[in-house]
Amino acid sequence: MTSDLIVFIVLALIAIASALGMAFSQNTVYAALYLVLNFIVVAVFYLLLGAPFIAMAQITVYAGAIMVLFVFVIMLLGVQGLPPSQTLPWQKPLAVLLAVVLAVQSIYLLLARAPLAQTLVDPDASINTTNNLQQMALTLFSDYLLPFEITSILLLVAMVGAIVLSKHDKKAGTSHDAA
Amino acid sequence: MTPLNYYIALSAILFSIGVLGVLVRRNPLIIFMSIELMLNAANLAFVAFGRSFEIANGKPFFSGQIFVFFVIAVAAAEVAVGLALIVEIFKTKNTVNIDDVNSLKG
Repeated sequence: MTSDLIVFIVLALIAIASALGMAFSQNTVYAALYLVLNFIVVAVFYLLLGAPFIAMAQITVYAGAIMVLFVFVIMLLGVQGLPPSQTLPWQKPLAVLLAVVLAVQSIYLLLARAPLAQTLVDPDASINTTNNLQQMALTLFSDYLLPFEITSILLLVAMVGAIVLSKHDKKAGTSHDAA
Repeated sequence: MTPLNYYIALSAILFSIGVLGVLVRRNPLIIFMSIELMLNAANLAFVAFGRSFEIANGKPFFSGQIFVFFVIAVAAAEVAVGLALIVEIFKTKNTVNIDDVNSLKG
């Protein structure tokens, strides 16, 4: 019982530390790598919560595809850090204050007012990965068939949108040399 | 045997760190990463609540996980379009500092 709690606390500390590292590191590549670490830790949480398929999808799609796209764009635009903002000098302390208020308020509203006393038992060997995936697929393709199809249209629209945005205007000439 | 409380509190903290990143940083790429962090925090809450429902009812329950699946798909679409926009802004303005991107005219 206590060993589960220790695993949770260690992983939670890694998740929070890597999230803070992402939010405050000056080098954009370091920020991307911190975010990859965060995604992998959250995938381990999914495994602890008995969701092996979501954990693997998290690693392949988020930590794999999306972050590779991020690193690619970072390399394209240059990794130089930006100077601190001159326009709104009071923004940073105010933002930290507001984020702390948000965290305290959401934890208070979610937990203190309506205590969730339930403990989550870690999945044992009864959660069979193949069986779990099969049942999830059955639910996805029966109850959630329409959202699934809408998702495919959404992905198509996003793909077309990205191509249209990055297509060069013939009249604009050689503006793509700037990149 | 981790309490559900802990997962929800962790989710709230990660979400707040994402909000902090959006508010503090001037680099649109890091703002984007903070948005991804917020989506991730919400996903963690989805899976935790789904697991709690599963344990309470004693039978498998997949709606929480399927919602996370959809959120991941939407995040992928959002990142593709958003990064294309950032690259276009860099090409026209030659900077990615969002303080300098304050006019709609290209």
